[in-house]
Amino acid sequence: MSIREFIKKNTAFCFFLLLALLVILCAVFAPVVTGGVSPTDAVLRDALQPPSARHIFGTDRLGRDVFARVIYGARTSLSATFSVVGLIFLLGSVLGVLSGYFGGWVDAVIMRLADMMVSFPGMVFAMAIAGILGASVRNAVIAVALVSWTKYARLSRSLVLKIRNEDYVSAAIVTGSKTSHILARYMLPNVVPTLVITAATDVGGMMLELAGLSFLGFGAKAPTPEWGLMLNEGRQFIQNAPWMMVFPGAAIFLVVVIFNLLGDSLRDILDPREE
Amino acid sequence: MNTKQLLERLVQIVVVALGITFLTFLITYLAPGDPVRAMFSASGVVPSEEIVQETREAMGLNRPLLVQYFSWLSGCLRGDFGTSYAFHKPVSALLLSRLWPTLKLSLSSMLLMLLIALPLGMAQATHKDSFLDYALRGLTFFGISMPNFWVGMLLMLLFCVRLHALPVVCSGGDLKSLILPSVTLAFAMSAKYTRQVRTAILGELNQDYVIGARARGVSERTILWRNVFPNSLLPLLTMLGLSLGSLLGGTAVVEVIFTYPGLGNLAVAAITSYDYPLVQGYVLWISLIYMLVNLAVDISYAYVDPRTRKELRR
Repeated sequence: MSIREFIKKNTAFCFFLLLALLVILCAVFAPVVTGGVSPTDAVLRDALQPPSARHIFGTDRLGRDVFARVIYGARTSLSATFSVVGLIFLLGSVLGVLSGYFGGWVDAVIMRLADMMVSFPGMVFAMAIAGILGASVRNAVIAVALVSWTKYARLSRSLVLKIRNEDYVSAAIVTGSKTSHILARYMLPNVVPTLVITAATDVGGMMLELAGLSFLGFGAKAPTPEWGLMLNEGRQFIQNAPWMMVFPGAAIFLVVVIFNLLGDSLRDILDPREE
Repeated sequence: MNTKQLLERLVQIVVVALGITFLTFLITYLAPGDPVRAMFSASGVVPSEEIVQETREAMGLNRPLLVQYFSWLSGCLRGDFGTSYAFHKPVSALLLSRLWPTLKLSLSSMLLMLLIALPLGMAQATHKDSFLDYALRGLTFFGISMPNFWVGMLLMLLFCVRLHALPVVCSGGDLKSLILPSVTLAFAMSAKYTRQVRTAILGELNQDYVIGARARGVSERTILWRNVFPNSLLPLLTMLGLSLGSLLGGTAVVEVIFTYPGLGNLAVAAITSYDYPLVQGYVLWISLIYMLVNLAVDISYAYVDPRTRKELRR
């Protein structure tokens, strides 16, 4: 299938992919997009200015350019979100595959742990972990990953169990293939596509959770430009400077919409069974 | 659910609660934050190293992890959840005083959500692939992607700052201070549930008994209200149980925005000030409530669904 055919067949997916790439490029080339305006330079005499030609999103209480902070904020949000998704993907698939393939006590330990993690509200625990470890983006990532890996582990375990007793797996065992080889060549490839779909649809939700933690003060620390944190700062100035919360919120919303749409359209391509 | 299953579930709840509290303990033990210094700096005192050590000793923070954990645990069994470092009050009294506002907020937002999601989801399912269906699908999609703290602040901007219709600080116990927080919570939830209601009802509408009823000439309305609706409630019930549990913990963001005097707000304050007894009490209480609510939902299944009742008797 040529590229043109692919685009023609999956127009929606390609469009959303383009938008997502655009967002990522904006984050990577933030200095270019903002025209060299720093997100952390405080100019106190410019504090709390409404949107104008010079500051199109206005300025915050320290006179920092809100547009620059929103654009640089994409760096924080995107890198944190992708780290979480990557981390739970890795952790979940490895633990799930081990659990499904070996069974026995390995399975029991991993799955009881997973049962425990889903049997109480994850956000509460994430808040406690992130808060107690000390507010930082890294700790927020760890906290969210710790409470979110179970879905991936269960999924990959069930996929492994499905093929565990297939003839070709038995054949591989009988002919003396190394266990690591079986795991890497037979089990993982069987698990990865479904997990990729799950991960793609999870990006938006994870971004919201991380922003929520930062909003509560358990994530990014000032003066880091981060959307959740900016909303929190904007809360105190909702009467005098509503632009301080309107634009970062709109940024989260827009990016989450784009990644949700991308995830859904990817699922439609890879997994046509579901509606 | 028979007695054996019930016992199993109760044991499981105890095990999970132990695991969670131990994990929380472990993290507070390993964490870099120091509650003693936090306490002193909150009252504006710079303590000498000696005083810090003495206070640590007096508070029992220098004892080994397991000793601390088991002394806390035996306290819990006697109903003593410790004393808050920051408020100097018993943890259980603090939590209890905040439980009702959060419960009120959770229940009212769920009620509001059902009032929105049930009619919309049913309309979507009965008019599948119509313009209405597509429009609502788009709307629910956007609803899910909206951060609820942003929704809350936008509502606040509109109704409190611009229209002066509602209070900015919702700390009073009256109905007025309940409106915006519950609308905010209901907003995102109803987007999710509208989808669920649609899927549940569509799933039932495709069942053979619906075709049979239609063939016998039963009216569409009777089929929908007498057969399809009750049957599709079943999967929704489980979700509602899960939602109530996660609401109890997840109201934190909204409570902070509206300075609502609930559990979430208390928990955020507790975590920020390294008030470990309060944090541990909060985590334990919320997990217990969450698990008990879900157990209650599973038990209620037997009453709602005669099939499971029969299976269990067997």
